[in-house]
Amino acid sequence: MSVDLRNVHRCFRCGWCKLPSTFIDYNCPSYVRFHFESYSPGGRLWLIRAWLKKELRWSDRLAEILFSCVGCRNCSENCKMRFKDEVTDWIIAAKSVAIEEGLAPPKVREFLENIAKFGNPWGLPRSQRATWISGVKKYEGDEYLLYLGCESSYLEAGRKVARNVIEVLEAAGISFGILGNEEECDGNEAYMLGEMGLFQELAFKNMKLFQELGVKKVLTISPHAYNAMKKYPARSFEVIHFTQLLYELVKEGKFRFSRMECKVTYHDPCFLGRYNGIYLEPRKILLSIPGLKLVEMKRTRENSFCCGGGSGNFVFDLLHGMESPARVRVREALETGAKVLAIACPICRCMLEDAIKDEGLEEEFEVKDVAEMILDSMKSR
Amino acid sequence: MKLKFDKNFCEKCTTYDCLTKCQYMRLDVESAKKEIMRLINGEETFILNECVTCYACEEYCKKGNHPFYLITELQESKGILPAPKPIVKQWINMAIPTRKDTQYFPNSREPVISLCLFPEFMRELRGKLFEGVSFILGRHFYCQLAYLHFGKPSVIKERLPKIIENIARHGFKEVVFFHDECYSTFTSYANAYGIEVPFRPVHFFEYLYNKLKALEDKVKPLNVRIAYQRNCSTRLTPDKEQYLDRIFELIGVERTQREYDKEKALCCGGIFRGQQRYDLFVDVQRRNVEDMVKSKAEYCVFNCPYCYYTLAERVYKAGIRPIMLHQLCRLALGETLR
Amino acid sequence: MNKKEVHKALAEIVGEEYVSDSKEDLYIYSRDPGLAEPHEADFVVLPKTVEEVQKIVQLANKERIPVIPAGASLSLSGLTIPYKGGIVIDLRRMDKIIEVNRRSRYVVIEAGVTHGKLKAFLEEQYPDLCHSLPEAPPSATVVGNLMIHGQGHLAQQYGFNSSMVTGLEIVLSSGEICRIGSCALGSYWFSLEPFPIPAGLFLGWFGATGIVTKAGLRLYPKKKLRDVEVFVVEDPNLVPEVIYRVTHTEMAEDITTSAQPYPLMFRDIVMIQIYITGDEEEELEFKRKLIWSSLRDIINSKEGGFMTLAPNMKIAFLERPMSNITRFADVLKGGGFVYCGAIIPIDMFSTALKKLFEIASRNQVTFSHTGRVIGRGHCMMFSFAYPFNREDPESMEKARKAIQESYIATLEIGGIPWKPEPPIQRVLLEKMPRETAELLKRIRSLLDPNGIMNPGNWSV
Repeated sequence: MSVDLRNVHRCFRCGWCKLPSTFIDYNCPSYVRFHFESYSPGGRLWLIRAWLKKELRWSDRLAEILFSCVGCRNCSENCKMRFKDEVTDWIIAAKSVAIEEGLAPPKVREFLENIAKFGNPWGLPRSQRATWISGVKKYEGDEYLLYLGCESSYLEAGRKVARNVIEVLEAAGISFGILGNEEECDGNEAYMLGEMGLFQELAFKNMKLFQELGVKKVLTISPHAYNAMKKYPARSFEVIHFTQLLYELVKEGKFRFSRMECKVTYHDPCFLGRYNGIYLEPRKILLSIPGLKLVEMKRTRENSFCCGGGSGNFVFDLLHGMESPARVRVREALETGAKVLAIACPICRCMLEDAIKDEGLEEEFEVKDVAEMILDSMKSR
Repeated sequence: MKLKFDKNFCEKCTTYDCLTKCQYMRLDVESAKKEIMRLINGEETFILNECVTCYACEEYCKKGNHPFYLITELQESKGILPAPKPIVKQWINMAIPTRKDTQYFPNSREPVISLCLFPEFMRELRGKLFEGVSFILGRHFYCQLAYLHFGKPSVIKERLPKIIENIARHGFKEVVFFHDECYSTFTSYANAYGIEVPFRPVHFFEYLYNKLKALEDKVKPLNVRIAYQRNCSTRLTPDKEQYLDRIFELIGVERTQREYDKEKALCCGGIFRGQQRYDLFVDVQRRNVEDMVKSKAEYCVFNCPYCYYTLAERVYKAGIRPIMLHQLCRLALGETLR
Repeated sequence: MNKKEVHKALAEIVGEEYVSDSKEDLYIYSRDPGLAEPHEADFVVLPKTVEEVQKIVQLANKERIPVIPAGASLSLSGLTIPYKGGIVIDLRRMDKIIEVNRRSRYVVIEAGVTHGKLKAFLEEQYPDLCHSLPEAPPSATVVGNLMIHGQGHLAQQYGFNSSMVTGLEIVLSSGEICRIGSCALGSYWFSLEPFPIPAGLFLGWFGATGIVTKAGLRLYPKKKLRDVEVFVVEDPNLVPEVIYRVTHTEMAEDITTSAQPYPLMFRDIVMIQIYITGDEEEELEFKRKLIWSSLRDIINSKEGGFMTLAPNMKIAFLERPMSNITRFADVLKGGGFVYCGAIIPIDMFSTALKKLFEIASRNQVTFSHTGRVIGRGHCMMFSFAYPFNREDPESMEKARKAIQESYIATLEIGGIPWKPEPPIQRVLLEKMPRETAELLKRIRSLLDPNGIMNPGNWSV
């Protein structure tokens, strides 16, 4: 990322960035949550400028405004100016300045320190990273290195996704292995929080380890890891998100699906969709299941509404509350009449499962990952 | 810069194909002879007002004379504007380079393709056919030939030497011209006015043919019927059309037999609209597309982007898929289009 | 009440989360993207219901605290800047589309509904209906646009957006909730007329006479197809005649004008964009032909003609709203532009354009003009727009000077500045006959005896 924060004044605060391209509703998670203009991308950029020009001093409110940006990239997607791609980067760069100057809120600092010390944002022991998995071999020159990432190693919701992906890979006879407790954080959140030093360190560590092991293909559970690894400098391995591989396997006819009458809606994760343009593969997988009816939410694909978990918020959750993005998203999913909210990201799973509980909708519908949908269909024979 | 026009050819001519074959004016041999003499003598003639600037008379004249260039010279000298003043002004201003236009492409290497004013095709000219090519493009490389449609050859003559210099600075031996109009400028027009061109202009057809030939084993015949839409400047350099049929043969497509093809091709109509001949524009497009439908074409293949922009929608609505020639070639190589 | 007590009272009304006096929020709500000087608010509140607005205003009236109702604050002329401090009421949480009556073609919305949301909603639920969409960003609110007499893409056919209002719900300065139009007598919001209270007591007042919390708005037939023809002339004196002829055909949906120095193909010409719509290709073609015929002799004289539009240009002209207009803010890579929208008789087009060229040249600024015909040639909005660079005080000063001169030019040619900034409002009040200014003052005093409603606006 090379942006010049001195150009932040180019934002006119016109507000296109708050909306999806369809204009159907506000699509900036923090604006939806707080509704003050200050929490919109434009408001945030104007405040960044005022802060850098010393018109405003750092405060808890400013910290919340800055770090409640989840980095979903809706603003860059919908900004109409030539600098549209820089909008998200300016916000990250401002977070960088705050981090460098030691101004980040305690929760954010703790998040980053834990990653640096323990390789995960919760500060849990490295030794617990892979103890929950049994029967999965460690990587030793297999075709794929299955990279779990922190969220699939420590969060129950993430572990569910990992288990499902592993089961599907095994069913398809794929050669893969994991790193176990040696796995290191991918660094995506460090990047999104502007901690570039930490990101580079993690990237270096991972690349070194992968190189030592002779890894050629990394299969990630999380779109966040996928996104981070795509950014690794001089990367010597291929990165693949699990939905990409599963789609290839579906095309090859590796799975024997049974009919499964089910109405499903799919939630695009930001780091798969807006960041990396992967919209088709997860949908194609779902559509290959006979009987499955895929219905779209009103904000979908490039216009998908983020679950609110990005940029560390799946841990410190500055956007929690009645109008949290995840709860708003769950209500939107419910409107489609779907019984399953399909996801392709362990963080989305975690955020949306919690939101379903908060909304008291456990009876109405459930969150399932795309791999789980494959398993369900295979098992319903 | 003076037009090389040999009036002896016309004096000895018996057919006056230049005018008798014109699809937009009706002249018999007698009247054609009369009017061409008027043109030669620089006299007033309705031809100067009625000419739709389709360029076809340059092809109809088998003697290698330049009836169309003569018409444009006379239009200008008599102040006859084929289009309204503000439209002509827009076209003239459009090609003036600005600070944002690149004047020199330091990293370009042969084979080099000049993209004229069509930067959008940078993203399209990809795949096996275009591996390793460099591009030059923009206002500093714009051939200017379009001013023939507006009775302003002086603009071409004024700007062309600079354009040639801009390309020549790069030191290329050969330059492939994506836009047919550019190729015709640096060949036909330059010859007609004795303008020296210090590089070999290569037509895009020739480039495509040679590439396809080299990749012949990878070509999968498309087995489709296509209608081909000729553009105006192909009339200036009909010789290179031979490559077209060889390309079609290579990629396994059948060019349908239809009334408005080859010498009898109809203009896409774009320029008629610009000249405010709206009824003619509608009529010509209708006849052309109906003819394509009648010939049972599945695709309409374009070589000129302007023709594509003008006619594609109407073609599509008639149930025929519009496609650029390079796209069709890429399909034959099994590549996916954006 | 001291400030702390006011804060507490506001929090009791809207909830702690939706009231703020933090310096960050006050910073944002003390300015707009234009060039007006910022003035700091005391509080920002985000009410959800009319009852909450009512309670806020009751509190403000009791405590004599100014209230400034705001939508997206995109007027660019500082109309929601709290000139005397007070409470900025950001109405955008009130964003319900309450009702659409399809057969009577109206919609009832809350004050915070954006143009984007209403457009998207109608496209999805009522694809054969539309509202008059201005060229503001889609984040602008519909009611905000009514409060400034905005114009949308149906202006040529049906007039100012404010003349499309079918009913209003207003919170008066006393805190009373008042309805005008058919909605005051029954549940339908189909018409303001023949109700005796004119909507003009509130529309166009920038919230200085009351806060509109709901509005009924006419919807119009939306045709399936839409196209644009762009007629260009070199001589601006021809523009009124071109507009007269095209409006006479009654075939156009929208007629707009533009003139700008860049790109070069737009230099020294005026473009008249004529939009046509139809449910069938034949309908579109019929309209297109009539419009071409109406201008045939101008074409034959070679003084004007229709442009052939390249696909990307056509896409830009057909985009709704047109993002190119927003992009003008980045011309100097500086995040800003200001404009003076002059409402003028169409006959004055070339005079206004001449003034624009003179002002731009005198102040050494680049410019852009866009205009929109309102009614069948009854008048037009003629904008004088100048970009500036927020980081370059000199460019800001130049733009400021150019915009002031444009307001004066508007008055000189007999036009009315649209949504003028407060200092220009004062010039208008001074220029108009004393009796007229006095009438406005009396209306204002009657409706806002304590002077708490968006003070600084429409005050002598």
